[in-house]
Amino acid sequence: MSRTMNPMGKKALLFVSAAATLFAAPVAAQTIAITGGKVVIGDGSAPIESGTVVLRDGKVVAAGAGVAVPAGAQVVDAAGRWVTPGLFAGFSRLGLIEVEAVRETNDSSASSGEFSAAIDVVPAINPKVTPIAVNRAAGITRAVVAPAAPASIFAGMGALIDLGDDYDAVTKPRAFQFVELGEAGSSKAGGSRASAFLEFRNGLIEAKALASGQRGVAAHPHDALLNRQDAAALVPVVNGDIRLMVHVERAADILNVLKLREEFPALKLVLVGVSEGWLVANEIAAAGVPVIASALNDLPSEFEKTAATQSNIGRMKRAGVTVAIGMINDSDAHKLHYSPQYAGNLVALQRVPGAAGLTWDEAFATISSGPAQAMGVDAMLGSLRPGRQGDVVIWDGDPLELSSAPVAVMIDGVQQPLDNRQARLRDRYRTPQEGALPKAYER
Amino acid sequence: MKYGFTAPLAAILVVGCANTATAERPVSSGSTTSRERVSFNENPYPSTYKPYGGAATAIRNVTVFDGEGGQIDNGVVFFSDGKITAVGGADTPIPADVTVIDGTGKFVTPGIIDIHSHLGNYPSPGVQAHADGNEVTSPVTADVWAEHAVWPQDPGFSRALANGGITSLQILPGSANLFGGRSVTLKNVPARTMQAMKFPDAPYGLKMACGENPKRVYGSRNQKPGSRMGNLALNRQTWARAVEYKARWDEYDRKGGTPPARDIGLDTLKGALEGRIQIHNHCYRADEMAIVVDMAKEFGYTVAAFHHAVESYKIADLLKDNGICSAVWADWWGFKMESYDGIPENAAIIQNAGACTIIHSDDQDQIQRLNQEAAKALGDGRRMGFNISDATAISWLTYNPAKAMGIADRTGSLKPGKMADVVLWNANPLSVYARPEKVWVDGAMLYDANDPTRRPVSDFELGQPGSGDTK
Repeated sequence: MSRTMNPMGKKALLFVSAAATLFAAPVAAQTIAITGGKVVIGDGSAPIESGTVVLRDGKVVAAGAGVAVPAGAQVVDAAGRWVTPGLFAGFSRLGLIEVEAVRETNDSSASSGEFSAAIDVVPAINPKVTPIAVNRAAGITRAVVAPAAPASIFAGMGALIDLGDDYDAVTKPRAFQFVELGEAGSSKAGGSRASAFLEFRNGLIEAKALASGQRGVAAHPHDALLNRQDAAALVPVVNGDIRLMVHVERAADILNVLKLREEFPALKLVLVGVSEGWLVANEIAAAGVPVIASALNDLPSEFEKTAATQSNIGRMKRAGVTVAIGMINDSDAHKLHYSPQYAGNLVALQRVPGAAGLTWDEAFATISSGPAQAMGVDAMLGSLRPGRQGDVVIWDGDPLELSSAPVAVMIDGVQQPLDNRQARLRDRYRTPQEGALPKAYER
Repeated sequence: MKYGFTAPLAAILVVGCANTATAERPVSSGSTTSRERVSFNENPYPSTYKPYGGAATAIRNVTVFDGEGGQIDNGVVFFSDGKITAVGGADTPIPADVTVIDGTGKFVTPGIIDIHSHLGNYPSPGVQAHADGNEVTSPVTADVWAEHAVWPQDPGFSRALANGGITSLQILPGSANLFGGRSVTLKNVPARTMQAMKFPDAPYGLKMACGENPKRVYGSRNQKPGSRMGNLALNRQTWARAVEYKARWDEYDRKGGTPPARDIGLDTLKGALEGRIQIHNHCYRADEMAIVVDMAKEFGYTVAAFHHAVESYKIADLLKDNGICSAVWADWWGFKMESYDGIPENAAIIQNAGACTIIHSDDQDQIQRLNQEAAKALGDGRRMGFNISDATAISWLTYNPAKAMGIADRTGSLKPGKMADVVLWNANPLSVYARPEKVWVDGAMLYDANDPTRRPVSDFELGQPGSGDTK
């Protein structure tokens, strides 16, 4: 049901329109008014008591206090509930993995394959993996989906998806190129960061050569260390047509990534991970580069995270960095619903002397409009401001609180099933003992 | 030595030596021999932990979760000389000369206990040189002891204290092996040595593992076990040897004669057969747990807890009948095949069936918020209609793990005479917005959110960027 947005070139447009004919968008033509709930817009503004959210044709028309219910609208009573935009997972491997350690079900990385930057996650996304259904029921409606790096620093192109119960998951294909430039990048590039940065420059220089009609990779296949497909995939990166999402953690690496724009000025950088971001928060803010950060890293689990602290996001926010929560290498295939818990923890930090937290309003934005902003799609997703896609969750309580859960989830204005395999197991084993027949007959 | 033994001298002591005073194994009783019996020092790496001491303190006007399922509103918790002195309602007498803390709007729990941690043996930074949690050279390594590989400078200990209110924790060997080795229980106090963290007189644990890990690690080397059948075969063969070993020693203890040759690994299994060592069995699937229950009966031991038991909800009745605890995550699932059926209602269904429920971490991050993990599990249970109190959920992190670790007579609940392991929370610990405000270990205040000088910094972090930060 997703609307496919701004693909990056004419070929992509053709591909997408072909796909659209295969998957006719479900009709969400009616007008829906969700009334009486505590409405969270998701853009960092304060919740609105007893607000109304109006959706028409799958999009938000209005949300807030004093919004009139249009004539003929289907009215959903949300009194006593919270009404929020759907949560946006800022970094995930949703749809790529059913069981992480079962190789046949894990499409996150082609570690023994030939390709790198040209890898496009789209054909690997299975909207019917159980983690999508489970996370949908927990209020996640959109996600950044990144491939994991193969034997190269270039992981390939990630997508933005919705978590709707249909086969049309991709909101924006080839939304970004994902690159490892920290400790993981060093290892992929043969063992040093210097080599990783060289591999990066090599890739982009080859891409420029290819784009400008120079002979490039085709003439010198053994010198280029990059095949034609991979070099071609880096052309929109070097031209700034798609985002370059870079995983880095330590402060010095962050600064080195920011400096890449001296040589490649069109790069549209997004940083992910960024555990030591607070040490160079002013520089990140000055560079205007958005950050999708791990929220609660506070251990030197690697040397590149020596200065990790839960105050990282709060301090970056105070410095003016555009910051969202992402769960890189942290339950990123199955438990994206930890993101509201993480956001709640950042609120809790406000009461810890010496720590830097976020206000509730800011914290919620890091899991709704924040990722959308970082990915450049906040005009369409991530909040309940007019014109956004109708991704709405109705909760039985404060969405950041541990005891809360969604009671209804809509994506593009279409109400979604909350049922999933876990719920079926729960219902079957509510009473563990067998009944008149074996458990296999309870379904 | 008196019997002309060839066994290593250091490993053998003769009854009567001063340092066998703590040996638990009976010696010489009923014997007719006039010669002295060989015995072993059962405690060769003894705890040197000494409480740091602190002011007699009373917290009043506070909501108390006592760890055993009790809740007192507007209550008082009073501790002195490192022990809980009194816990009760607003009328609980408070001596005049003690430190009084107003707990209005705040909550007190016993110190949080993590029954499953690898802090110290898989410490931060997680470099290969630090990876000391699995002796991956043989599937049966009952001879190794986790305490010989605990690095006290792991920064994770201080995070667990400050953010999670952890005051006691069990460090286990990993799960690569069927018999992983002995665990050690620690007080969460910064120290120079493992011994200075060691929980005095806590029983040892024995780590066992079911399922995928042992068969994968060794099967991939074309070595037994390469299947769940192999897992059981090797388990049973090992237990059979342990039973024989124990019988030889029992006979020697009765009749004297030449003592059996000592086997360090079988010593541990003998201790488990005698009930002196608690068995902690990593096991995910319900069907495998049921087989382990029978294997334990076959060889005459008991399982204290199944760890990572993501499918306990399917056999909660069986676990209740056998008195076995389940130590579980709130909601981990899908990371490996045997975790595929994990559901977030697992803990609640176990609790509702009347079986012993524990929330554990196995994780350097989640150990910092076990209270939050319990809160999620509680919420999921209530949503399916189970009536589980807040105070019961707190028992999942306090009394129940203490019981499975064999230390519930000393910690795990706020009862007079027990260790003053206490956390003062700035809000209900089952809320995401709560954090520990103060943490006491044996009455010593080792963390105070309001006092940066009560924030431990490990050697590793000293002088690094962010050293001494709030973290």
